[in-house]
Amino acid sequence: MTGAALAALWSHWARNPLQLFTLIAGLALATALWSGVQAINAEARASYDAAAATLGEGRFDQLLPRVGETIPQERYIALRRAGWQVSPVLEGRLATPDGSIRLLGLDPMTSPGGLSPVALGGEDMDLVSFLSDGIIFADAVTAAQIASVVDLEVIVDPSVAPGLALTDIGVAQRLLDRGGVLTRLILAQVQPKGLVPLTELAPDLMRRVAQEGSDLGRLTDSFHLNLTAFGFLSFAVGIFIVHGAIGLAFEQRRTMVRTLRALGLPLRRLVWLMVAELAVFALLAGTLGVVLGYLIAAMLLPDVAATLRGLYGADVAGSIRLRPGWWLSGYAIALGGTAMAAAGALWQIARMPLLASARPRAWVMARGAGAARSGALAAGLLLGAGALALWGSGMVMGFALLACLLTGAALALPLLLRIVLGICQARARGVVAHWFWADTRQQLPGMSLALMALLLAIAANIGVSTMVSSFRLTFVGFLDQRLAPELFVGVEDAREAAALEAFLEGRAREVLPVLSVETRMAGLPADLYGARIGMTYRENWRFLASDGPVWDRVAAGEAVIVNEQLARRSGLWVGGELAVAPDVILPVIGIVADYGNPIGQAVISEALFQRLFPDIIATRFGLRTDDADRLRTALTSEFGMSEAVMIDQKDIKAFSLEVFERTFTVTGALNVLTLAVAGFAILMSLLTLAAIRLPQLAPVWALGLTRATLGRLELLRAVVLALLTAVLALPLGLALAWVLLTIVNVEAFGWRLPMYLFPLDYARLGLFALMAAVMAALWPARRLARTAPGELLKVFANER
Amino acid sequence: MSVRALVLALCLLPCAALAQGFAGLGTDADGFAVPQPNPRFDFPADHGPHPDYRIEWWYLTANLTGPDGAIYGVQWTLFRSALAPHSEEGWGDPQIWFAHAAVTTPEDHFVAERLARGGIGQAGVTVQPFAAWIDDWQMAGARFDQMRLTASGPAFRYDLALSAQGPLVFHGEGGYSVKSAKGQASYYYSQPFFAVDGVLSLPQGDVPVTGAAWLDREWSSQPLAEDQTGWDWFSLSFEAGTKLMGFRLRQEDGSHFTSATWIEPDGVTTAFPDGAFQATPLEQTQVAGRTVPIRWRVELPEKGVDVTVGAVNPQSWMDVSLPYWEGPVLITGSHRGRGYLEMTGYE
Amino acid sequence: MLLEIENLTKSYPSSDGPVPVLRGVDLSLDVGQTLALTGESGSGKSTLLHLVGGLDHADSGSIRIAGQEVTTLDDQGRAALRRHEVGVVFQQFNLIPSLDVAANIAFQARLSAQADPTRIEDLARALGLTDHLRKYPEALSGGQQQRVAIARTLAARPRLVLADEPTGNLDEATAGEVLTQMLDLVAETGAALMVVTHSAGVAARMGRRVHLSGGHLA
Repeated sequence: MTGAALAALWSHWARNPLQLFTLIAGLALATALWSGVQAINAEARASYDAAAATLGEGRFDQLLPRVGETIPQERYIALRRAGWQVSPVLEGRLATPDGSIRLLGLDPMTSPGGLSPVALGGEDMDLVSFLSDGIIFADAVTAAQIASVVDLEVIVDPSVAPGLALTDIGVAQRLLDRGGVLTRLILAQVQPKGLVPLTELAPDLMRRVAQEGSDLGRLTDSFHLNLTAFGFLSFAVGIFIVHGAIGLAFEQRRTMVRTLRALGLPLRRLVWLMVAELAVFALLAGTLGVVLGYLIAAMLLPDVAATLRGLYGADVAGSIRLRPGWWLSGYAIALGGTAMAAAGALWQIARMPLLASARPRAWVMARGAGAARSGALAAGLLLGAGALALWGSGMVMGFALLACLLTGAALALPLLLRIVLGICQARARGVVAHWFWADTRQQLPGMSLALMALLLAIAANIGVSTMVSSFRLTFVGFLDQRLAPELFVGVEDAREAAALEAFLEGRAREVLPVLSVETRMAGLPADLYGARIGMTYRENWRFLASDGPVWDRVAAGEAVIVNEQLARRSGLWVGGELAVAPDVILPVIGIVADYGNPIGQAVISEALFQRLFPDIIATRFGLRTDDADRLRTALTSEFGMSEAVMIDQKDIKAFSLEVFERTFTVTGALNVLTLAVAGFAILMSLLTLAAIRLPQLAPVWALGLTRATLGRLELLRAVVLALLTAVLALPLGLALAWVLLTIVNVEAFGWRLPMYLFPLDYARLGLFALMAAVMAALWPARRLARTAPGELLKVFANER
Repeated sequence: MSVRALVLALCLLPCAALAQGFAGLGTDADGFAVPQPNPRFDFPADHGPHPDYRIEWWYLTANLTGPDGAIYGVQWTLFRSALAPHSEEGWGDPQIWFAHAAVTTPEDHFVAERLARGGIGQAGVTVQPFAAWIDDWQMAGARFDQMRLTASGPAFRYDLALSAQGPLVFHGEGGYSVKSAKGQASYYYSQPFFAVDGVLSLPQGDVPVTGAAWLDREWSSQPLAEDQTGWDWFSLSFEAGTKLMGFRLRQEDGSHFTSATWIEPDGVTTAFPDGAFQATPLEQTQVAGRTVPIRWRVELPEKGVDVTVGAVNPQSWMDVSLPYWEGPVLITGSHRGRGYLEMTGYE
Repeated sequence: MLLEIENLTKSYPSSDGPVPVLRGVDLSLDVGQTLALTGESGSGKSTLLHLVGGLDHADSGSIRIAGQEVTTLDDQGRAALRRHEVGVVFQQFNLIPSLDVAANIAFQARLSAQADPTRIEDLARALGLTDHLRKYPEALSGGQQQRVAIARTLAARPRLVLADEPTGNLDEATAGEVLTQMLDLVAETGAALMVVTHSAGVAARMGRRVHLSGGHLA
């Protein structure tokens, strides 16, 4: 019985391969976009972590030579024998015919956890060979380069940063011909009790503190969050396609369902068979989708990798591996999406009385009946979104708001379009125009799912590009403000600091000591900064809110500036009062944006700071100069400062700006992809409608319109619908951006991004959307224009 | 002993060894020297390393008492593991060193681990004067029977003076200790007569302590038979001044291979072959997600020993690269006293 | 002569090669005349009507309407012919579902730029459609739908009205009523009427009757 029922159910798909294709392709595309974006995210993160781990940058404090480039190995042994948990690193350049590569030697026995090539912990790699035979890890390109100059086993490990080769420290010393020396030591985070201080043990070494919660790292989190949201929206677009395909298939199989039940197939079994059938399709489509997603990610990844490389100044591996997690999430999303899309249809089948009319209602018309219900639901959801925006709080609320907003808008779309088309019809002059609008309106129910998909695609694109672009504008301003000094230098102690200040007299335009202390303000952990107020602060700092001559009053020790995080978390704003020290309460005079910083900050004048914290001296200085290179040279050759303690801000700025250019490339590519999926939805709708359309078009043709004209009008119809949808998507996209920037971002990162508008971008997106619609409508329109008259005449004849 | 070899080897060969069971360890002695019966020791040279053997350790456990009568356990172990049967200067040295240190109280168990390469001076053993060290951990003195022992971890450090009150004792047949019916063996001697005096630095403060320590020296190249899965090792010091070293090697078929040495207060030993010594778990507990016996019945009928051995701190888990259980024990029954218990291979 | 057909042939492709349907048909019809075209199912009577209406292409022969050769017209020309010269009433699905009755009636007239609100009103009244002008086709009965189709055709003032089983889907009483109304209105406009039917009753009410059989007229 089951076999026969399955055969009957399957026969529908065999006779309607297009529907089957739509279903599978739609689901696969939805899954692909989702898993592609996830893949990019996961891979970028994993690569970053691996790269950061290999270099030990950021996570660990390091010891560097104060003078010269190397540390004698005995110094390392002495520190170990004194109990200090340090691990040796030798870094150098290895010449190859294709340019030099960075060779990094590590000691796996002492390096802090996770600080070794990823593959070294793997199942097929053993430490013994690494230690005794000498093995080199590098990415594929670098591996090939090394192999030409080194006669050692080279293992390709995509997690190693491009241009970098990792090996045992002993091997590195041999290859670089630098026996007995090291270039730096990595300090483990946890050290034993009661050690002799490093300053006593190794005065010739300088400690570089780990860059905890790197400023720029926060920005990537935000970037990843955006991409995740984007992936989800893309999936939603795909689900509309699936919903349409499943709805149509079930509608058309009503007769069969009745017949099967009349023949004695229990309803429960039938429903389960259909569920199983869909599950098989979902798994199939899920597999396709994950593979497709992988391809998308692989295609886009070089940009993502480059993005992150820009961000961190180096090292993200440019390749991608299929991770089990993607498969799981891909299948989950495919099955979940199918379940979501099919639940309604299955429910109807389950509820349908055996003797109900099994005549397949015209699918397009049937949809119209639910319009009122959808409208009511849409209104409810949009009201809900409004309520959440007004009274909701928290990250989950932010996403709930997004969900309400998008679903509500999608459901409202057919209704809105219906109204707009009605107005057009009423105002139409010519008879053909009149018919065109009326007919377009009639197509609406059949097209609405595809149009909803398009709406979401455009809105998502508008939302995400607004966010990314706003981000860039804001961030560039922020960089100018915060990275104004051309050069940053570090010193060790008060004596050196004083000497440096004396040395810089007349050599630097402004010397800005970085004075800070970790403290608690307004009951929150926060950093208090003492600023030497001069032109740099006055010219470059922009305030989110301020009152009066900010810098004059701060300089006079009469006011304090706080960052947005502190302001928002403590509920302080301009005019409020902040206790910067137990008995020093100052009015807040300015709120400053502070992107990429997790904790609160407050700024007072250097003089006040020194009075409050006389023990704290500045060991980092920002230097303003017109000739950074000359100052650098002077500092190294005359003052004797190590290159390692100088940071050129030009590079950091350039990297950061590049990030956003790359981000644009990725978002741009994703834009095109989502619109392509929406275009696919339109194509499938049009092809599905084509058969139903003939009775609607034949009379018009018989009354004197050529098939070519009808074809052109068909194309025009798609364009008009896409255009209207795009216009309606604009406010939705902006609302989406607003939610992302002012609600989700604040919840996630504590700061609110100002929202800027980019009309040209929106116009371009609209154009893309129209192009997608035209591409989708081209083939159906052409097919219509070439329909044989006989086909059209059949409509009128008995033989139909 | 073998447990410790296992720890080391698995550290170094994380998955290969696991995949092959312990076969690789027990049989692959290519190029390495293998212990032979009737050994002739040469001191002080034999207190130092034997790089042509695969594995070796300096293993000290101490039962200590504070001024208020509180009891403490201290462990200090330096392992040597050779990737190849030779040693050389520099990073190319195939000798790997690692060490575990622990302080156990009835409530706490502090553990630290160190790893080092040979050939660069970070770790090693010299004999005259004697020094065994890794980083700042050290067991050193002008002579082997007068030494100072130090180690530190994030939450503890200790500094103890060791003073031998008796002679070295040799296990098995004059220091040739058989580990399985198939003949796997090691060289094994001990100094079980150290008196200890020193200070433990713990989170709650410094504690002056006194007590007794037992130092094991052992080296081999193939300590385990293929079918042996783990090891329960006892070093027991009775109030009468007699001591008992006994171990039980667990075999895949559920049977055991046992061995024991009875030590008179003057250092005279009696070695007992497989079967004479018996250890039976009485109570088990959950430690780090595994079930581990923490109370034992230990019998050596020939010497009238029928005692219960219970852990001072059941959670004496050595959470190191390859974890095991090691901690001080209290002895009741036919004899009373204190000692140390080591258990490994419990999954 | 309004309509002149000479030696018209048409065949349809099939898997066994072309199947001839019309094997040389000659026919003429003048202004004000009515003609019934009868024949077995599949005899080609609908095909002949479609060819005359510029809805399909002939293989050979000639069709002239008011002196204009139809067979050589391109798509544009045929569309113009359908707009201006001929009006067609089919058995079913005549109406444009997206437009209401009033818009349907006016549609062809507006296409041919002949819309005359008064005439549309008159036609609607004559056909009893006045109360249904704002309804959509799906809300009408079969007879009402056919009346709308007739009104639409006549509103455009074609010189030749073609009807393919216009009452074939209606019950007998309604069919008679609709046919009478159509004949009256056609007579009033002075157009020629060609009706394809298999009903002897319908044929009897036409001025001339021709029978199509074996691809020839008799």
